[in-house]
Amino acid sequence: MKTFKEYIAYPYGLWMIIFIAVPLLVVIWFSFLSNPDFKMGEYTFTLDNYKEFLDPVYLELLYRSFVYAVIATLISFMIAYPLGNLIVSLPEHRQNLMIVLMILPMWVNFLLRTYAWMVLLSGSGLVVKFLGLLGFTDATLLYTQSAVILGMVYNFFPYMLLPIYTSLKKIDPDLLRAATDLGANHFQMFVKVKFPLSLPGIVSGCMMVFMPAVSTFVISNLLGGGKYMLIGNLIEQQFLTANNWNFGSAISMVLMTIIFLVLGIARLIAGKEIDTGGQIL
Amino acid sequence: MRKLFKNLAFGLILLFLYAPIFVLIIYSFNDSKIMGSWSGFTLKWYVMLFQDRYILQALYYTIIIAVVATAVSTFVGTLSALGIYQMRSRLKKPYLFMNNIPVLVPDIVMGITLMSLFIFTGMKMGLTTVIIAHITFCIPYVILSVMPRFSRLPENIFDAALDLGATPRYAFWKVLFPEILPGVTSGALIAFTLSIDDFVISFFTTGNGVSNLSITIYSMAKAGINPKINALSTIMFGSIMLLLIIINFRSEKGIKQI
Repeated sequence: MKTFKEYIAYPYGLWMIIFIAVPLLVVIWFSFLSNPDFKMGEYTFTLDNYKEFLDPVYLELLYRSFVYAVIATLISFMIAYPLGNLIVSLPEHRQNLMIVLMILPMWVNFLLRTYAWMVLLSGSGLVVKFLGLLGFTDATLLYTQSAVILGMVYNFFPYMLLPIYTSLKKIDPDLLRAATDLGANHFQMFVKVKFPLSLPGIVSGCMMVFMPAVSTFVISNLLGGGKYMLIGNLIEQQFLTANNWNFGSAISMVLMTIIFLVLGIARLIAGKEIDTGGQIL
Repeated sequence: MRKLFKNLAFGLILLFLYAPIFVLIIYSFNDSKIMGSWSGFTLKWYVMLFQDRYILQALYYTIIIAVVATAVSTFVGTLSALGIYQMRSRLKKPYLFMNNIPVLVPDIVMGITLMSLFIFTGMKMGLTTVIIAHITFCIPYVILSVMPRFSRLPENIFDAALDLGATPRYAFWKVLFPEILPGVTSGALIAFTLSIDDFVISFFTTGNGVSNLSITIYSMAKAGINPKINALSTIMFGSIMLLLIIINFRSEKGIKQI
């Protein structure tokens, strides 16, 4: 295939340098500058932006983002893994139908679905009324931590299901049968054979939920009512309302560091590369 | 018993996934403007939707952005995937590394980096900047779905076609292209979906009164969303359902014919 030369990829290389590499470098460079007197062009090199982040207020916010994202990831996993197993046990055409049904809601605008949850969870909403029937009167659901986590699980759950389903489907049923034939009980078969074989799917599913969850600002804004600021809210605020871009850039760098650390750990667990259904992370 | 349990599990998860969507659809027929209080059936929001220039313009921008971003990113992405596939490994690594950045970096960071670039270079924020941003985050997904198709090809398939007398152009369209087509289509589909649904990156890179549906919805969300938006999303969801049913029906007919 020597007729096609590599230079047909050069324009995209240039595009990537201009619109991916340079902007990222600008923000990294920005995170080390400060402009205390708000004068144009008078920037000084400093680590203050990172030091400012060590304030307990911001650390609490970072901790909260991390914990919420981990909880949302775990809940999604606990729903998606058994569900994936159930789907795999269906006949082939029913499997496809189920997967389509699970993805279909994602075709409705993400913000609209989140807004619909605001309606459902509000004081006069169906969920509260239903809980009232069960005896849990005056439960507040909207603008709570649980609402934020629910929003994360709801929006990112399909990203967990798909890789898990794919990895479960790839497992040769003969392997599982062989394990039971050789005397493994159901539990041993699961721990020693099925779970390790589905691990790559689990890890990529967890990454696909954790990454958007830890960086969201929309869900916390709408379902948390601004009471539970996450790191994403802080970045948005610094860039759009506080206009402290240097601090905003430093927070973005912290967020990226966390994500790359988690990704590194995930790679260690899953082996070399993480396959998320076609995308290599 | 086992079957009952299975159906119950599926029922519950589908209820969870579809509850918000049913809420949206039901309240698009609600006479009251407030979601959550039902006061009779009406179709007026559907009529009013087509008179609302603000929403129709947001819809128009959403579609324009998605179509342009998908077309450009599919074209550039496919060609670049071919180029990257041919590269010596010295160049290949940095290409794939940079290509992965938009996939790995959170939306909000992509948004602010592009926003900083546009403001620094003095570009006027508006339709152009949003389209540039969308192309930037769509191409990586196209490349990631086309690349595996190239790696799966027999190494000499193109040379074989040339040896057998095909012109390069003929060999490309008749031999190479059909092989990579599934990857190109799925890449285009991913790009379109991502672009239509994107909020965060558009939110940071837009300006000048250009807003897509997501931005419009976000700006309405705190005060309450106008039922016209519900009507619009009911129409959109309905058409996707219809499309899927048609595809399903046709493929079932195809199976029967075989």
